[in-house]
Amino acid sequence: MELIQRNLPALVVVTPLIMGLITSIIGRRGLGWYLAMGTTAAVLAMSIQLLANVLDSGTQTVTYLMGNWPTPFGIGYVVDPLNASVLVIVSIISAVVTLYARKSVASEIAHNRLHFFYALWLFCITGLLGITITGDAFNLYVLLEISSLSTYTLVALGRNRNRRALTAAINYLVLGSIGACFYLLGIAYLYMVTGSLNIADIHDILANKVFPTWSTGAPMYRTTVIAGFAFMAVGLSLKLALFPLHGWLPNAYTYSPSAVSALLASTATKVGAYVFIRVIFTLVGVNFAYTLLHTDTVLMLSAGAAILFGSWMAFRQTNVKKLLAYSSIGQIGYITLGFALGNAGGLTASVIHLFNHALTKGGMFLALGIVAYRTGHTRLQDLRGLGRKLPFTMAAFTAGGLGLIGVPLTAGFISKWYLVSSCIEAGRYEMAAIVLVGSMIALLYTWKVVETIYFGKRDENAPVVKEAPITMLVPVLLLAGGSIYFGIDASLTSRVATAAAHFLLGGAP
Amino acid sequence: MQVVFDYYNYWICIILMMVGFYGVIAKTNLVKKALSLSVFQTGILVFYISIGKVEGGTAPVLDKTVDNPAYSNPLPHALMLTAIVVGVATLAVAMAIIINIRERYGTIDEQDLEQLEHETQD
Repeated sequence: MELIQRNLPALVVVTPLIMGLITSIIGRRGLGWYLAMGTTAAVLAMSIQLLANVLDSGTQTVTYLMGNWPTPFGIGYVVDPLNASVLVIVSIISAVVTLYARKSVASEIAHNRLHFFYALWLFCITGLLGITITGDAFNLYVLLEISSLSTYTLVALGRNRNRRALTAAINYLVLGSIGACFYLLGIAYLYMVTGSLNIADIHDILANKVFPTWSTGAPMYRTTVIAGFAFMAVGLSLKLALFPLHGWLPNAYTYSPSAVSALLASTATKVGAYVFIRVIFTLVGVNFAYTLLHTDTVLMLSAGAAILFGSWMAFRQTNVKKLLAYSSIGQIGYITLGFALGNAGGLTASVIHLFNHALTKGGMFLALGIVAYRTGHTRLQDLRGLGRKLPFTMAAFTAGGLGLIGVPLTAGFISKWYLVSSCIEAGRYEMAAIVLVGSMIALLYTWKVVETIYFGKRDENAPVVKEAPITMLVPVLLLAGGSIYFGIDASLTSRVATAAAHFLLGGAP
Repeated sequence: MQVVFDYYNYWICIILMMVGFYGVIAKTNLVKKALSLSVFQTGILVFYISIGKVEGGTAPVLDKTVDNPAYSNPLPHALMLTAIVVGVATLAVAMAIIINIRERYGTIDEQDLEQLEHETQD
């Protein structure tokens, strides 16, 4: 036990990696799912333990040295309140969605390929967890590519239901690789200046040796640092699908297998947002990014446009899965707006919304996956009158929809409350107004779907639809129940998010 | 001209990257797009290898016969080994997806694909 406890930060990443390899070799005849389920459950237990360790420890960070090489020479895994909570988000969602995936995926993927699916699934989770926990900028790039490459393949596996999954995947691959390359180029510039790849070390060198010279007559490496940060910011915006770099997202979410959509929508973009927060606050520092370069203004413009555009485009869709995908673009806008404000309240809102939106949107995609499992389609007209046929599923979907609007007693309300109040605190009344307008449009598109579900009339000769099998229903109800529970009792989420925000603004590495 | 010749490796890297980036944007054939992506990545490889160069430096192998020898920085080279692997994997996944597209659509031209998707509305 002591050995596991001591190596927890490494195990959380290495376990799914090794299990992914094992799954691809011995996971035939349905064994793949059991391996994936066991692994994600173990990872969930480990990341909860890590979060508890960090919240208990006074110093707020736990550093793990890979192979005992001291940083900045070796790769260090750093656990702090922010990334421990992102780890928990990723592992909760991946465990719940894996539980759901068994039946859903079996209906969408050829049976002799299932073990490869679960291997890729575990690699994707490995990458997401690794990105979150690593303290090394280049290691982050490698893990980013591990998760991205498996994601491209997972998206393409939706080909059996609709061949457009393939074009969505190649489009995502091209844009995603460009994004990752930009990030890699950004690291090269910062490496030229600092000679280090460790995030905390780069921060120290920039803050203590480079930035102080900028106010004197001989500024050191000014152009290089700015170019490096610019490349990283653009690359990460692509990964995060921040407006106007969101082009890959709608089709990739719409045509991938149901379980993959849920996993991507609730973890991949969240991890992208986390990396962006980390680059701004713990790599280059908020003074450089916001006070000197005014990145916050650019981010706020993008976020505002994302909220309005994403919500409006969601309203115009007739395929419900695509509607949710566009709604995700809007929700990414809220998350970005939170950290663009740069004050403690905004960061808290951002971190809370990471968690709340993961639960809400994950639950909605899963509920929609049940519709696809039972009817074979996710078009709006196929949902007519399903409220009576699939009562639990549709109740969960509606609860999620209410969360997207931000109705009180749902998790979405808590995040929007924090967001609007910190917009006002920062004197950004126009952004507060945009958040409210975005919520209005969310009301429109949610109503459009809910009306169809409960008041639409089902065709006379439509095939009979039964409620979902229990292994698919439980994950949906877990996520929907979670999004309501954390809307009523937000003390846990707000405590963790406040700790993360204070940690970021405390200037510690 | 001095600027061009003194920093020729950086110029090569800029040219490679821009050729690749142009191809990614302008080419409609998906295979050409994927290959352009590789060219773009190669530009970044050259960039990393350039920044590891130390003037007068030799290969970073400990040499006891020379006093205070200058060594090139081996770290960017090591990093690029990883990046090369990533690049190969990306290209492989891209090609696998393109083969699938060819099988299902009968074309790998982006404009034709868009038209096909527009017509079927599936």
